[in-house]
Amino acid sequence: MREVKVVSNAATHKRGFGAVLWDYLTTVDHKKVAHLYLFGGGFFFLVGGLEAMLIRIQLVKPNSEFLSNGLYNEVLTMHGTTMIFLAAMPLIFALMNAIIPLQIGARDVAFPFINSLGFWLFLFGGLILNCSWFLGGAPDAGWTSYAPLSTTSPGHGVDFYVIGLQIAGAGTLIGGINFLVTIVNMRAPGMTYMRMPLFTWASFITSILILFAFPALTVGLFLLMFDRMFDSAFFDVSLGGNAVIWEHIFWIFGHPEVYILILPLFGLFSDLFSTFSKKRLFGYTAMVFATMLIAFLGFMVWAHHMFTVGLGPVANSIFAIATMAIAVPTGIKIFNWLATMWGGQITINSAMLWALGFIPTFTLGGMTGVMVASVVADYQYHDSYFVVAHFHYVIVGGTIFGIFAGLHYWWPKMFGKILHEGMGKLTFWTFLIGFHLTFFIQHFLGLMGMPRRYSTFAPNQGLDLGNLISTIGAFFMAFGVIVFVINVFYTAAKGEKAPDDPWDGRTLEWATASPPAHYNFKQVPLVRGLDPLWIEKTEGKGKMTPSEPLGEIHMPNPSILPFMMSFGLFVAGFGFIYQVDNKAWLAVVVIGMGITFGSMLIRSLKDDLGYHITKEELEREAD
Amino acid sequence: MKGWMGKFRALTLFGSLALILSGCGQENLSALIPKGYGAEKSLDLIILTAVIMLFVLIIVMILYVTVLVRFRKKKGQKDFIPKQVEGNKTLETIWTVIPIVLLIIIAVPTVTATFDLADQSEASKSLNVEVTGNQYWWHFNYEGEEIQTSQDLYIPTGERVYLNMKSSDVIHSFWVPAISGKMDVNPENENTMFIEAYEEGVYYGKCAELCGPSHALMDFKIIAVSPEEFDQWVEDMKNVDPEAVAEGETAQQGQALFQESNCMGCHAIGSSPVQVGPNLTNFGERTQVAGILDYNKENLISWIMDPESIKPGNKMTGKYPDLSEEEASKIADYLMQLKPSSITPEDAGK
Ligand code: HEM
Ligand SMILES: [Cu+2]
Repeated sequence: MREVKVVSNAATHKRGFGAVLWDYLTTVDHKKVAHLYLFGGGFFFLVGGLEAMLIRIQLVKPNSEFLSNGLYNEVLTMHGTTMIFLAAMPLIFALMNAIIPLQIGARDVAFPFINSLGFWLFLFGGLILNCSWFLGGAPDAGWTSYAPLSTTSPGHGVDFYVIGLQIAGAGTLIGGINFLVTIVNMRAPGMTYMRMPLFTWASFITSILILFAFPALTVGLFLLMFDRMFDSAFFDVSLGGNAVIWEHIFWIFGHPEVYILILPLFGLFSDLFSTFSKKRLFGYTAMVFATMLIAFLGFMVWAHHMFTVGLGPVANSIFAIATMAIAVPTGIKIFNWLATMWGGQITINSAMLWALGFIPTFTLGGMTGVMVASVVADYQYHDSYFVVAHFHYVIVGGTIFGIFAGLHYWWPKMFGKILHEGMGKLTFWTFLIGFHLTFFIQHFLGLMGMPRRYSTFAPNQGLDLGNLISTIGAFFMAFGVIVFVINVFYTAAKGEKAPDDPWDGRTLEWATASPPAHYNFKQVPLVRGLDPLWIEKTEGKGKMTPSEPLGEIHMPNPSILPFMMSFGLFVAGFGFIYQVDNKAWLAVVVIGMGITFGSMLIRSLKDDLGYHITKEELEREAD
Repeated sequence: MKGWMGKFRALTLFGSLALILSGCGQENLSALIPKGYGAEKSLDLIILTAVIMLFVLIIVMILYVTVLVRFRKKKGQKDFIPKQVEGNKTLETIWTVIPIVLLIIIAVPTVTATFDLADQSEASKSLNVEVTGNQYWWHFNYEGEEIQTSQDLYIPTGERVYLNMKSSDVIHSFWVPAISGKMDVNPENENTMFIEAYEEGVYYGKCAELCGPSHALMDFKIIAVSPEEFDQWVEDMKNVDPEAVAEGETAQQGQALFQESNCMGCHAIGSSPVQVGPNLTNFGERTQVAGILDYNKENLISWIMDPESIKPGNKMTGKYPDLSEEEASKIADYLMQLKPSSITPEDAGK
């Protein structure tokens, strides 16, 4: 390896592996944090996908003995937990990190240090959770971890769930706060709220959801942790606790969580339909308010996950109607997207394909959403494969399709290369067909009497064929994902260099280089309306007018401290888990917390004022 | 264009194919072939909501297809700049108001049905059964009759039967799709629901809430017989003599072994309310062994010898001394003789 001195502010010259690694471990640049989230989330997406395949292989035929019942529950739990917390959320954070500062014309996020801390917390939380596989068994009480099953589950599986999610959840919470402040404070001159692109708008509202929803999760996990590790009895009925309260706490977090997963992608789709139809978004204001309304109602409907708990007809009716109400703003969005394309000139490439595939898929998911909201009908759907089908239609059809759309769309901005179109289309079609094969049939399986979370089913109950078709579909999806991974490596090695604005974009991220310089904009642009770049293009300039003269840029220094703080919690996590068996493990808690608090102390005491890029340096860098 | 057409066709094709091949699922299990009051109410709403929502879906799909056909950039077509439309108040109002109207059409019958199914006004006049969910089996206590059974619940057709449900450990959920929707069985409070079967039959029930490794094996049956047959069954069950001596030498030895091996520590025969394990009073009439295996002696022997391999995590494992195959066979002979009633599941099968 070559001797390289790491110069943090030197942009891109070839460096050795060690240097690149160190760069990523210490980076506070939102674009690199985005890469980290992408690879972290992508890795867990593959893990979760592998778990999904194990589930479907087990269910390919009745009475199958591929996985034992206990192992099946672990795989099932980890699939759900991984996909929601360790794949979908971080991948959304990858897109948000990569794009939001660019879309609002900012040089950076509000708290670069916290941004990187958020990532490392997520990663170490995810690692702890997955360590459980090798240390005596994964959690097995479902991603919802209902008590008392979760409080009485033997072994340490659920402890890993509690600690892992607590750490990862803290990362998400501070990440959300960071975006909130960034969008409030760092918008370029002229970027009023009602000129923000929909992706930024939706991410903004999502961040508010994170701010209110994640503390509920934190509290719930603490209670569960105390019950399991320190002999409290919040959920122990025999000692005066209450088990149903866990369901409330979980869903007060959990229902907003599903909107956290979908809203940013709604925003992204809005941007995509507008860009690839060459039209401004139809009903912009309505879209913004619909997003807010969905977010608000998202907090009001948690008990629709609990229609069968026995809350009584009054509560059930209220929650049913509140739930149905969400379909109205969601419908407004669908129609506005169609109206955006109406009269436009639609370009179909692999990014747009995902957006187009989203519309029928998600509409079907929303349709079954209204169906499950109808209480008495839900007495049949609940906890059956019908619900499995419903939420995969919305989460995969919305979130995962959206993430793929976003990756194909923004890959050139993130990596300076365009993903291979042919492979992109192959991924889309196999995934789409596989998806509908897998999940459409599950609506019927559910109604035909197949409960969810079943490790096996009996032959000759009418469930054999549906399950077989479902498994075949899953293999198509897996194939699509593999092609995508190949595409990523192929593009990295051979992909064509992307121009700054490959899609004839309308928003500010396309006004910078691909990939952007580490300070994003040499001069912060002046925003004169919605779709600022488009305005400049139609007026013949094609370039943003700067809002300031060329001058010094202040940048934050890289730091290893976020990594160290998270690593400390990772170590302490094992201490907490194992001190139940042997109090000597408390020493590990002390060591781990020592690392974390030590790092925090250093952070507090050491002046770190960052550095400046001088005007001369900026002038030297070619336009 | 080929793309979406292909997809749309594939979708409808597979949907209808699956339906044709499997009908609406297995009779006496499927929620799509309702045989009871609750299931019928649910299916009405399922159909109503599905039709209304399909109507919305079709409208969206028509617009979607039109947009793609008319406004897709054609090969060789020059770039043009479409008109930058801001929005349209009338259109946006239309697609706000129409969904609200549709939702009201759904909401009204939903709320009515919700209150209807929660009705408990007849509970005091009806048959009440206390249901207890256990990892991984169900206990039924006929209130006022002093009859205990497990796994198989006998009910009369055409009458409301109130189920008062509670769990002894984790949360379970009581679901007999063909008769009624599900209701959770919680450890802290009693949930009440009523069921009413229209026809005689053996209906499959499943636990719908994840409750541990053997969650998928927590099956049970509802055996609906005519009211006269039900009365007969109650009569027979009340007159059980738990001490009755088995017939035949091996069965008698089995009966003795059953006493010696501490089986009675958890199980009961007769109306004793022991609830650590299933009540075995009418075990000879069971439809299945342990709720899931075909009812035959071989399966019963394997269950007695090693329940863990059949239902992982169950609470019978390790609670009694090891038994040889011969001993297990003798106990099986005894248990299969426990047929106190002249009314059997066959009476429910038409
Ligand atoms: C029109 C919009 C929607 C409606 C009306 C709706 C309604 C519902 C209802 C009533 C349930 C409870 C079903 C049951 O447990 O029996 C449910 C479950 C679920 N929904 Fe939605 N939903 C909508 C959108 C979404 C979105 C956008 C997502 C995710 C991105 C989502 C994810 C889920 C998940 C994960 C569950 C399953 C929860 C579980 O039991 O583990 N939903 N939905
Ligand atoms: Cu159960």
